[in-house]
Amino acid sequence: MIINFGYGTLLVALVVTIFGTFAAIYGVKKNSYAWVKSARNAMLLTWPLITLATLCLIYLQVNEHFEVLYVYNVVSRSMPVYLRITALWGGQPGSLLFWAWVLSAFTSAVMLRKWDRDREFLPWVIFVSMITLAFFLSVTIFVENPFRRIWLSPAGQQIIAMFQPQGAMPLVPSDGYGLNPMLRHPGMIIHPPALYLGFVAFVIPFAFAIAALITGRTDDRWIRITRRWTLVAWLFLSLGLVLGARWAYDVLGWGGYWGWDPVEIAALMPWLSGTAFLHSVMIQEKRGLFKRWNMILIILTYALVILGTFLTRSGVFSSVHAFAQSAIGPLFFGFMALTFFASLGLMLYRWKDLGSEGTMHSLLSRESLFLFNNLFFMGILAVCFWGVVFPLVSELFTGQKVTVGPPFYERATAPLFGALLLLMGIAPLSAWGHSSLKRIGRAIWIPFGVSIIALAGTWMAGVRIWVALLGFWLIAFSLSVTLYEYGRGVVARTRSTGENIALALWRIGGRNHRRYGGYIIHMGLILMGLGIIGIELFQVQTQVTLQRGQTLQVENYQVKYDSLAIFDTSEGSNVARAVVEVDQNGSKIAELYPRRDYYYDTQQQITIPGLRSTLKDDLYVILVDWESVSFDQATFKIYFNPLVAWLWVGSLIFIFGILVAAWPARSRQGVGNG
Amino acid sequence: MDETTESIEVSETPDEKRHVPVWVIVTAFAVLLAFLGLIYWGLTHAKQGPVSLGQKVPGFDLVTFDGQQISTDDLAGKVVVVNFWASWCTPCESEAAAMEQAWQMYKPGGQVVFLGVDYVDTEPEAMGYLQKYNISYPNGPDLRTSISQLFRIRGVPETYILDADGHLASIQIGPFQSLDEIVSTIEGVLQSQ
Amino acid sequence: MGFFNSKAVFSSLFLVMVAVSLVNSAALAQATPPPQSTPSPSADDINAIARQLYCPVCENIPLDVCETTACEQWRALIGQLLAEGKSEQQIKDYFMLNYGDRVLAEPPRYGLNWLVYILPVVFFVIGIFILYRVLRQMRRAKAPVNPQIPDKPSGVTQEDTYLARVEEALRERKERK
Repeated sequence: MIINFGYGTLLVALVVTIFGTFAAIYGVKKNSYAWVKSARNAMLLTWPLITLATLCLIYLQVNEHFEVLYVYNVVSRSMPVYLRITALWGGQPGSLLFWAWVLSAFTSAVMLRKWDRDREFLPWVIFVSMITLAFFLSVTIFVENPFRRIWLSPAGQQIIAMFQPQGAMPLVPSDGYGLNPMLRHPGMIIHPPALYLGFVAFVIPFAFAIAALITGRTDDRWIRITRRWTLVAWLFLSLGLVLGARWAYDVLGWGGYWGWDPVEIAALMPWLSGTAFLHSVMIQEKRGLFKRWNMILIILTYALVILGTFLTRSGVFSSVHAFAQSAIGPLFFGFMALTFFASLGLMLYRWKDLGSEGTMHSLLSRESLFLFNNLFFMGILAVCFWGVVFPLVSELFTGQKVTVGPPFYERATAPLFGALLLLMGIAPLSAWGHSSLKRIGRAIWIPFGVSIIALAGTWMAGVRIWVALLGFWLIAFSLSVTLYEYGRGVVARTRSTGENIALALWRIGGRNHRRYGGYIIHMGLILMGLGIIGIELFQVQTQVTLQRGQTLQVENYQVKYDSLAIFDTSEGSNVARAVVEVDQNGSKIAELYPRRDYYYDTQQQITIPGLRSTLKDDLYVILVDWESVSFDQATFKIYFNPLVAWLWVGSLIFIFGILVAAWPARSRQGVGNG
Repeated sequence: MDETTESIEVSETPDEKRHVPVWVIVTAFAVLLAFLGLIYWGLTHAKQGPVSLGQKVPGFDLVTFDGQQISTDDLAGKVVVVNFWASWCTPCESEAAAMEQAWQMYKPGGQVVFLGVDYVDTEPEAMGYLQKYNISYPNGPDLRTSISQLFRIRGVPETYILDADGHLASIQIGPFQSLDEIVSTIEGVLQSQ
Repeated sequence: MGFFNSKAVFSSLFLVMVAVSLVNSAALAQATPPPQSTPSPSADDINAIARQLYCPVCENIPLDVCETTACEQWRALIGQLLAEGKSEQQIKDYFMLNYGDRVLAEPPRYGLNWLVYILPVVFFVIGIFILYRVLRQMRRAKAPVNPQIPDKPSGVTQEDTYLARVEEALRERKERK
């Protein structure tokens, strides 16, 4: 049957993985490329096998095989097909299988590149990949098996096991429990997979870094090979984070997009070191500097990925995001400890070989600014890490549990993010090797002037909070510089090729992906900053009970409670849906439907806001309560969020920019990489 | 590396070529070990269930709603029934009446003491709950959640029975189903002494 | 030339950052309207304080958005305390006393908890120190590297690239045959 077949393919995949690990080492010992090639083939074989297992599980989920415990937990009859598929990553066992599947996909893809010039890397890349895959497969097979079934013993007890216990009969529940209602949302389709893809893809640069350390080839070869992988990993991780924020804003019903929850921070930390890494490798490629930084950064990024995965799954932290506690905690801990120790040891072993091939000469040169960049990102990372770890420290040493929440993080990271914003403005103007204030000053005065005008405009609009003024100025400044540099490139191109502006805009991105992609990425981030300042510093919220037909003035809107209806839906929920009319200057501009969904199967409810969004502001209405008989009265929470739409617009531009930067170059401009 | 690197090395500072000093290595590993130790502690701590049977439970103080201060150290030699509850907890209500009845049974004997610990609750609602079920044994708020942290409870209701020596003799997670269940549990503790 | 006197740089950097962080806390704290000690404080007054507290039993959910009965009771409690004329700090202290330090959004500033607030400053100082080391190294290595050609990568990598391209071209030639 499908269940046993799925489990069987996983077992075979594990055997293949273990074989591959040993074959790779044996190949190195005996200096036999044949053995290494055999290991490579083993690696390639793992992906089809795990794909089969994954497809089996998805089949079971879609077809309501509730005798499988995992399917019972995450699927219910009322869930539509697309949600049943996404339930693959809805619980611990399935998501571990998904992790293994993505891991084997990426590592197999790496096997398919031309290895002729990097033979010495191959066995070690295989080794690192295989050990990781072996771990995830073992944990999936032996501890969190998604194919376990529910049996009924002769004594009437329920037993959970893979294979039929003596005398027991299969127990097939008529319906499953289903996903947590908050997860029954289209965001479930891409947010978790994007995060997983991002996390797992960092294994590749990590494996190459370890290979570089082991073989002693600590020049920038490993960076060139993995450059695109790093970008892809970073793309998916960024996408996952941004989608998570949007999903939270859409559904969670408290007008927020980021809660500084430990699990959210666990996903943010690898992004922080990953971003620093992404920038820092450019310096090694161009100037041979920062070799140690880069080694530290990639190892740190991967270590944070493993740590984040561990924290989410082990039950160390209680969080809305965390999986239920399970036995994999100690195993994961062991794997984590091994990885950290080995990486640290290797890095210290090769430390002296990671010396720089040059020096920095000027505080304002591009290399120096990248050093600042690294330091600021590390600073934010240190703050996040400390905030996540401190509750443990406190409980260990004082017995008191404490919460480290948003006020701490916001206060500590805001100046660092502001500094990064400033850097985004100065760095494009700096030059390699040598830069002086005069040189930058010459290039800067137009964008600076524009930013001062913008600042004056902000002041005249009535903004008096100095943090906001500083923030708006920084945004205007960085945006002006980036647009200016982009524009200068376009103008130069039109002069030399005679193309019109539109064509030049398109083509110039094509010719120098990384630079112009980088500009677009920065512009996206700057606009996201605009949205964040708007919602964080200027949000207005109020809770009010309205009679039917009553209006409340919120900033420049009139919000009126029209009616309320309660009904059942085909998706197994009972919905209380209010109709709220939004007027401006006396005329109706929108109708919003804030609602409360109660799901019968899980007996949980979620609140879905009514949202009206424009580039200037968002009006976000939540249904809190209502008078149960006549619906004459209803209580609403209303949030007025200025500028927050720029957070999402900026995110789109940001992601688009990453795609531009990652796009393969049309012409073979340099050495073939990758 | 080929010969060209040699000429550039002139500009490199001499620090680059020395081995990593031992103290750096030791510190790096020590920090890593400390961090891993902390995480491991967090892991085992999170997985711990409630206090285990047979363990000696440290003494604690309870300030009742009437202002009386009760210390378990003063209750040595008696069996202490510690019941965690809250007014917002529906299952707690199902055992409340039975608990009071059990108390009435054991009160004259003087061998068993009932203590009610109100877990993260608000006073008006708590008083309402006590009045509703006519609860007469001492009840007090769990200030700073220190008592519940002592027993490492996971939720309410939970009942812990300490024997005369202050060791944990019985754990009940969830409500008692009936008066008989409460009585038989307490009898079990009294007998085993 | 463009070298700054490193001492001056660091002193000014430090002063700026200290000034920024000092004013920071005040500016970033979202202004809470002073609670009115009217007999019935509004939901907004309650939420303003509830927002700064966490639900004592749920996982990491702020008290103003938590939907359980218990949380409603706690919000009512805040309302009651406000009606009695208690200040925001007094209400927070009350919650801390009754429900543990966990309910506050940040660790209260006593004892070991000071570490939370001090360490970020320590990190910052470490960062400045690293910068200082780098600047000193810059000063020491006043090697006559030509400052007029800023965009050229170092000689080693360029040669390596060239060699690699030659290899590539040779291989392509071979394959075409």
